[in-house]
Amino acid sequence: MEIIISILSGVLFAAAIYNILQKQLLRIVIGTTLLSHGAHLFIFTMGKLKTGQPPVLTDGISDYTDPLPQALILTSIVISFGVTSLLLVLAYRTTQENNTDNMEQLRGSENE
Amino acid sequence: MSNLAVLPIIIPLISAIILVFFNSKVNISRGLAKLFSLINLSVALYINWYVLENGSIILETGDWAAPYGIILVVDSLAAILVLTTNLIAAACAFYAPNAGLERKEKFYFYPLFFFLISGVSGAFVTGDLFNLFVFFEVLLMASYGLIVLGGDKVQLRESLKYLLINVFSSMLFVTAIAFLYAVVGTVNMAHIAQRVQEVEQQGVLTAIGVLLFFVFATKAALFPLYYWLPKSYVVPNPVISALFGALLTKVGIYSILRVFSLIFVYKLELTHETFIWIAGLSMIFGVIGALSTNNIKLIIAYNIIPAIGFIILGIGVLNQESLGGSVYYLIHDMIIKAALFLIVGVIAYIAGTSDLRKMGGLINYYPFLGWLLFVAAFVLAGIPPFSGFIGKLLLLQGAFKEGEIAIVIIGLLTSLLILYSIMKIFIKGFWGDKDAMGDFKKKPVKGMIAPIVFLLAFSVALGVGAEYFYPIVDSIAAYLLDPEIYIDSVLKE
Repeated sequence: MEIIISILSGVLFAAAIYNILQKQLLRIVIGTTLLSHGAHLFIFTMGKLKTGQPPVLTDGISDYTDPLPQALILTSIVISFGVTSLLLVLAYRTTQENNTDNMEQLRGSENE
Repeated sequence: MSNLAVLPIIIPLISAIILVFFNSKVNISRGLAKLFSLINLSVALYINWYVLENGSIILETGDWAAPYGIILVVDSLAAILVLTTNLIAAACAFYAPNAGLERKEKFYFYPLFFFLISGVSGAFVTGDLFNLFVFFEVLLMASYGLIVLGGDKVQLRESLKYLLINVFSSMLFVTAIAFLYAVVGTVNMAHIAQRVQEVEQQGVLTAIGVLLFFVFATKAALFPLYYWLPKSYVVPNPVISALFGALLTKVGIYSILRVFSLIFVYKLELTHETFIWIAGLSMIFGVIGALSTNNIKLIIAYNIIPAIGFIILGIGVLNQESLGGSVYYLIHDMIIKAALFLIVGVIAYIAGTSDLRKMGGLINYYPFLGWLLFVAAFVLAGIPPFSGFIGKLLLLQGAFKEGEIAIVIIGLLTSLLILYSIMKIFIKGFWGDKDAMGDFKKKPVKGMIAPIVFLLAFSVALGVGAEYFYPIVDSIAAYLLDPEIYIDSVLKE
């Protein structure tokens, strides 16, 4: 199971990097969201995937699900959700003000 | 008394929330911001005194014992950096009402300002790697808000790039933490350090260390990852640039200092040797950037990069002198960068442009401002007896001791070029032809000068009073050099 999820997160990373390297703004934004999904799935595999086991609550339980990665993912999801929404608004405003969504034309020059 | 550790985080947070309610009343929020920044400053002073007297403050939040819960560690390094942060914040809070922010003050400038301070203090204080990521996000979120404030065409364009590079590196940060967690099974920094020490940093651990370095180097703007910095730091209002230039990159370099003096210190030939090369290249490329432009804000922004280079040099050499130099230079650079951005902000405000070719003869109208810039340039370049000199002396002494002659020469040459790049502003802007400005109208700048004088006074005191400051810095360096002290103080074994 860990192997499959690891491959999935690898594919997500690859797709994310490909999208981030595009010129079109929306693709870049999609790339960053894919990147965050890849990273979150990746954290998940780090604590070993198990079904049906409880997070450790009492002594004497030897087979349990590691609760820490889940806490980390929740925090990280909330953060990336907020950042992505801000990024979308910013991308929209930038496109409107500059009349282009092509990164090549958003370079700018000295002394503005 | 261990609850003291949370105060540098919680007070700015509460201040920010209170200021949200007074958003539309500019006069009240100005007054409150000044008051809160002074409260912060005095609390930071008290914490600093307390740490110097009684040693590190360790706070286990929610009473969860050390390796399990999140812990806050205010050691001598964190305390002095929090103090410096609040010093700069106070100067900026007094500068802001006169900085020509206009409408921006009504668009939650002050709340975002205090959220930023809260995030920066949190990053300095935390003893947990994932918590460090969270505080990075807090300060980045505030910085996203500050950098777009105003919403000009150029500003939107540059802040978009700033946001993208930070989102990317933050996600890599999370991935690096996941890797580290998979290998050592903990996110507590002291615990990680202990476990890495047990296996002597074998196998994949060095690779994870390098990944973490990549993340922090992006935030700190080291060669070759500095390309996002200069432009995005010049687009917002000068007071915001001052905060960014003084605090944000320094949080990145602080993280490198912490992680590579505490955790990954067992494969020096792979990591720290590389840092020395990166330091040299950062100095060279940063200063070339500073020399290449006539935009005064851009000159200062580029000067951040060689300064970061000097600090990483100390971490790369890793002996007592060089680490002391790094800490000294870090504190010195935070203060002087804030002061320089504020000075340049005043110049751009009175000249109405940041293009050096359209200025000249300002010394006739503003002699005091001119000499302030002159002193600031000397401080930055490290002319004795100013603070830059002490920091560089320690750094280069440390490097010399390890036989790194090439980097010493690069460092000295860079210092000269840094001096030239700032003097260019003085020569062209303040001397130069008086007629270049056309019909010039004098604008009142008293309110903006006072905070700059305040910062410069501290900067000069840091150099002239080196006799008093050096023992503190030296003890911090000795403390950093021995990871055992940190580990023992947190895990209490």
